Amino acid sequence: MSKSVKAGLLYACILILGIGAPLLFPDYTFQLALLWIMILFALTWDIAGGQMGYNSLGNILFFGAGMYICALTQVGLYYDIGAYTAASGAIKVDYTPQQYFTGLILGIALAAVGCVVLAAIFGRIVFGLRGPYFAIGTLGVALASAELIGTWGYVGAGGGISLPVYPGDPDARAMLFYGLCALAATGTFLFLRWLYGTSFGLALNAIRDDEEKAEAMGIHTTRYKTVAWAISGFFLGIVGAVFGNMTGFIEPLEVAFPTTTFGIFMVLMVLLGGKGTLWGPVIGAVLFHIVKEVTWTYLLGWQWITLGALIIVNVIFFQQGIVGWMREKWPERFGLVVDRRATISSQEES
Amino acid sequence: MSQPVIEVNRVSKSFGGVVANHEISLEVPQGKITGLIGPNGSGKTTLFNSIVGYHPIDAGSIKFKGLEISELNVQKIARLGLVRTFQQTRIYGKLDCMQNMMISIPHRTAAWIDMFAKPSPKTQARAEQLLDFVGLYAKRRLLAGSLSFGQQKLLEFAMALMNEPEVLMLDEPTAGINPTLINGLIDRLRRANTEFGITMFIIEHNMRVIMNMADSIYCLAHGELLAHGSPEQIQNDQRVIDAYLGAH
Repeated sequence: MSKSVKAGLLYACILILGIGAPLLFPDYTFQLALLWIMILFALTWDIAGGQMGYNSLGNILFFGAGMYICALTQVGLYYDIGAYTAASGAIKVDYTPQQYFTGLILGIALAAVGCVVLAAIFGRIVFGLRGPYFAIGTLGVALASAELIGTWGYVGAGGGISLPVYPGDPDARAMLFYGLCALAATGTFLFLRWLYGTSFGLALNAIRDDEEKAEAMGIHTTRYKTVAWAISGFFLGIVGAVFGNMTGFIEPLEVAFPTTTFGIFMVLMVLLGGKGTLWGPVIGAVLFHIVKEVTWTYLLGWQWITLGALIIVNVIFFQQGIVGWMREKWPERFGLVVDRRATISSQEES
Repeated sequence: MSQPVIEVNRVSKSFGGVVANHEISLEVPQGKITGLIGPNGSGKTTLFNSIVGYHPIDAGSIKFKGLEISELNVQKIARLGLVRTFQQTRIYGKLDCMQNMMISIPHRTAAWIDMFAKPSPKTQARAEQLLDFVGLYAKRRLLAGSLSFGQQKLLEFAMALMNEPEVLMLDEPTAGINPTLINGLIDRLRRANTEFGITMFIIEHNMRVIMNMADSIYCLAHGELLAHGSPEQIQNDQRVIDAYLGAH
């Protein structure tokens, strides 16, 4: 069986699983949607964190920003935002399906674009930092955003915003948001698969391996770093917008900017699966989500300890992650081989 | 004498109280091989770093093809066609040799959209040719970090050639390379100069190498320019012998 046929079969299996899972287990639709979100989290974190070697602790910024941009678009299209948030849900809101979907689609689009703009602005500031300073700098940006939203009365402050109610059957609603999450994650994966095959992927890796060398060779390092972060922002903005609508209510600390949960999970999932690889983040996210859901269900009270133990084992014994370990074990499967034919010239002569 | 492509004029650079370069002036002529020698700590690498924009200079002027470059940053200077290699060899360790080569294409005219281009077959062919030129073709699919130090040095040289520089500044190209390989490297450096027309400015401690290759040599000592001349003149200059070469 050729390599492309094998890959095709793999993708077909995943597609069937993706569509079939919520139909077979309708009770778990929300959890399965969350799994796609986790995969997207890991994939987007790995762009800067794995491929480029810039460990961001603040990517959650784009998740929350996307969520708020979308919510404000949905509300602001048909209501006065200040009055809507001041009433904390006491206004009688009635969206026709047309209004609802117009707001949702426009909101998601604006969330994506808005996060790209945010990445460009904040990238100018944080990409002057390196190593641990970059990590802390990005963390600061994310925490500050949460605090800012939390005190800004116009957008609901700490009280949050209730999102427009889906005009239809709850099961259809669950399937819609599941579908959007699956689509966003799949889209991210396919985009990155293409991206890592271009010069862009090479430039990110060059920056990771030796940024000074990359500068000395004339690579536009700032340009690459900013665009890389903007790509993370784009997809995180989309999934943030979708997640806000999926939960139905958003507020800054626990839902929009959960720095200590989702924000850290992004990093852990990538470390578990293997930094700087395409499949590592996906495998890490799936494994992490399963462990998390199982321990939260069957080991309640010990769930954080189990998760902590997993992290410790990962960081001490498995620093390169699952895919990284596989690459060390079977380098030839990843194309790292010596070519026994000596040189070009000797081939030409022979 | 041909037109100078690099003109360094009264450049000074201090680190705290240490004067690394004091009012150094020199010229690198177009198409030639120019050497820079001197004892350890005489300020050779500092001068290299000043020229490529690695740090700001305290005083003086540095011109590349008549353009003042002492205020430009590293990337801009590199994109002008002035490329350097490092004393502590620097390659992208977790990329394979071909990838190292393919990301080393000149970024002079790179537009935003070029970030997302796939390396063209022409680029790949050129990368393979240059790897063959330095004798690393068979290892082109190995991670650069797994190569020996000498091979990494050759790879770095090939990457610099891939960048199609006008001037190549090499910081101790033969340090850490075994004697048999050195002959091959000298030959390749010469060919890069004659066949590709690349002007070279080379820091070197191996006197046999630099006396053989260079058209003219500058000697630094204690951060100041001590002497300048042809290899014969330098070899017979009493000040250079006292400060650096030692009596035979």
